[in-house]
Amino acid sequence: MAITEILFWFLTALALMSALMVVFSKNPVHSVLWLVAVFFAISGHYILLNAQFLAVVNLIVYAGAIMVLFLFVIMLMNLNGETEPQKNKWLKTAGVITGGCLMLVIVAALKDTEMQYKQVQINEGNIGLIKNLGKVLFTEYVFPFEISSVLFLSAMVGAVVIGKKD
Amino acid sequence: MVKKIKKLFEKKQASLLQQIIFDMPINYYLFLTVTLFSIGVIGVLTRRNAIIVFMCIELMLNAVNLLLVAFSQMHQAAALAIQPIASNVGAEAQLFVFFIMVVAAAEVSVGLAIIVMMYRNIHSVDINFLNRLKH
Repeated sequence: MAITEILFWFLTALALMSALMVVFSKNPVHSVLWLVAVFFAISGHYILLNAQFLAVVNLIVYAGAIMVLFLFVIMLMNLNGETEPQKNKWLKTAGVITGGCLMLVIVAALKDTEMQYKQVQINEGNIGLIKNLGKVLFTEYVFPFEISSVLFLSAMVGAVVIGKKD
Repeated sequence: MVKKIKKLFEKKQASLLQQIIFDMPINYYLFLTVTLFSIGVIGVLTRRNAIIVFMCIELMLNAVNLLLVAFSQMHQAAALAIQPIASNVGAEAQLFVFFIMVVAAAEVSVGLAIIVMMYRNIHSVDINFLNRLKH
């Protein structure tokens, strides 16, 4: 078994287990920390796929910024395991069955397509490097990039306006 | 003697390279991301805390991002098999993931502001309190 294969299975197991812990842990702070673990595992997958730029951006933006924002909000509201509202048992069971059915249907639909013979390059190719992505981003996609800066500005203004005490 | 060592070294390097470069079937990535996405759906359906629901939406976004990156690498592998020159085929998908992250960051800032405002008004983040859409 090659080292990359071992890494792939390890990261997959880490991602799935942490994702389950996000959903099923009672304390919201623990949920946030498990979600950070999921993001680290996904970043590991990006590195395995040689998408180094996205791996670093994922760590900085998601695990670094967004999750800290979540953590601050949860600590601001002083949420913990005792104050956590719970749905009743039947609704939870129905939710789990519904999600499981969704997964089953998608897997069954995609299992036997002709795509299954395609391969994904691991640790190869140079499109994920920052040099290539930057070149494409600032030539072909420079207009969406500037539009997204306007989006950020409006989101910032919106967050301040909404969060202001009337 | 030196030649022999050199040859041995090259052989070892080749085997190491073979070990590092490894092709994964796309199906594995598909199943992994579908499972992650479904876990996100289960979280949205079973939790009542608005912040956890929001986090599960982030989880679904990330599952899709991972699948997009896997598809971009698959696409590039197919392009390189036809024409073995380094090309930018598949870079669009990774840029798309980048833009998804940008939009997700903006969405989180506004969404958390809304949740904080909701907590200030009704002193709870329980989504069942909001099912009437009026006070």
